[in-house]
Amino acid sequence: MKQFEYVRPASVAEAVAAAARPGAAYLAAGTNLLDLMKGGVSRPDRLVDITHLDGLDRIERLADGSLRIGALVSNADLAHDAEFARCYPAVAEALLSGASAQLRNAATVGGNLLQRTRCAYFYDTASRCNKREAGSGCDARGGENRTHAVLGWSESCIATHPSDFCVPLVALDAIVEIEGRAGRREIALDDLHRLPGETPARETALEPGDLIVAVRLPPAAREFAAHARYLKVRERTSYAFAVVSAAAALRIENGRIRDVRLALGGVAARPWRARAAEDLLKGATPAKDVFREAARRALADAKPSGDNAFKIELARRIVVRALTLAAAGTPARIPALPASPLASTSGAIHA
Amino acid sequence: MNHSISLTVNGARRDFVLDDVRVTLLDLLRERLHLTGTKKGCDRGQCGACTILVDGKRINSCLALAISHDGADILTIEGVARGDQLHPLQAAFIAHDGFQCGFCTPGQIMSAIGMMREGQAGDDPERIRECMSGNLCRCGAYAGIVDAVREAQAGMDESNQRRSA
Repeated sequence: MKQFEYVRPASVAEAVAAAARPGAAYLAAGTNLLDLMKGGVSRPDRLVDITHLDGLDRIERLADGSLRIGALVSNADLAHDAEFARCYPAVAEALLSGASAQLRNAATVGGNLLQRTRCAYFYDTASRCNKREAGSGCDARGGENRTHAVLGWSESCIATHPSDFCVPLVALDAIVEIEGRAGRREIALDDLHRLPGETPARETALEPGDLIVAVRLPPAAREFAAHARYLKVRERTSYAFAVVSAAAALRIENGRIRDVRLALGGVAARPWRARAAEDLLKGATPAKDVFREAARRALADAKPSGDNAFKIELARRIVVRALTLAAAGTPARIPALPASPLASTSGAIHA
Repeated sequence: MNHSISLTVNGARRDFVLDDVRVTLLDLLRERLHLTGTKKGCDRGQCGACTILVDGKRINSCLALAISHDGADILTIEGVARGDQLHPLQAAFIAHDGFQCGFCTPGQIMSAIGMMREGQAGDDPERIRECMSGNLCRCGAYAGIVDAVREAQAGMDESNQRRSA
């Protein structure tokens, strides 16, 4: 690991000033950053440790019915917060399907949003990677790429964003609160992660010094609690990133879908909101045929970036299955294997 | 520049001057305190052999910078027995052959202690397997590990019931 300067700011303003300098990076739990630094993938000159800042580790219900989650709340504390899991069950299930218990205890909300791709060529400093070193090329494009992107990729980069948490968050219109050099601003989580285009090294809408201080769920996000699931296909039962995942949330009234949210994970450089599929489902009676048509629409623009054409059909099936499970109702308790398609599916017909 | 930190390790306060800010909790425990029960397996957060409790919660000590944990309360495998009296999980691992080579065992036991404190799994073997998935055992002693954790959990539930009766 390269030597770095360690800075522990006393306030958010001090943190932003310290991190705005070239070569600086924020340190929260460090579960992804230290791994990248040990591998020489990330080589910051200065770490700005925000873990001791006050006020960033709270979960607050706001007067308008929003929920505000501080950036330093751990993934485990959020998922196990009983009120949170009851109101946003698909988000809790996604959190518990990610990483291991040890990592969830340490990893933070802000860090989860900003974790880097797990593309093996990004991690291997002997490989060419436009994300790690702009303009060097992409060895994933002609390499082992069966888990890579099928939506929104470019010839420069076919990496995926690995977060589970972000998938239901994007579906529920989460908002990111950012403190920057020009003060506080907020953006939709859907606008945080950029597609690669010609500049895959530029991964987010954040500017130097920008610090994510909170994630907010708007009041409407609570209305899907009775019919919300996250489903994730992995190459082993637990402790693995998504090959493909989907968050499905329905508001069903009088047997019809009044409102619906759908997003996919593991398919693109950002969590992928499927708005065309949502439009089709609004007003429909929940049933297999309309779920299949929604899945077709969600993947209409998908194309393989390598040996991964199977992911397109897999994603369609996971969308149908997630919608089917959501329509059947949120289970009273998160299943023993969170988000697993291998878990018993009480009451739901196999899609 | 040197940085000073204090930790409570297995109940005792320890002060350190860090001449290198890159040191992890894992390396600090092993190299400075010679508490080598905490194992360095992958050193990348994948195997769980370095699991310790920090402020009561299990984490991978290989992915934690020591300097960021000033003031933390740390429990390692060396701190779980009471003198010659083994922790119930240690005894259960022996009773159920929860290991073969033993390299992953300190991490398994610390992880199981953390899991029992989290209270999410109970004695449901499927939930125990899921909640312990961050600890790899290359000898494949998983069946014994799950049995040991179930027994320890059941014993704890029983003693809690006795206490509340």
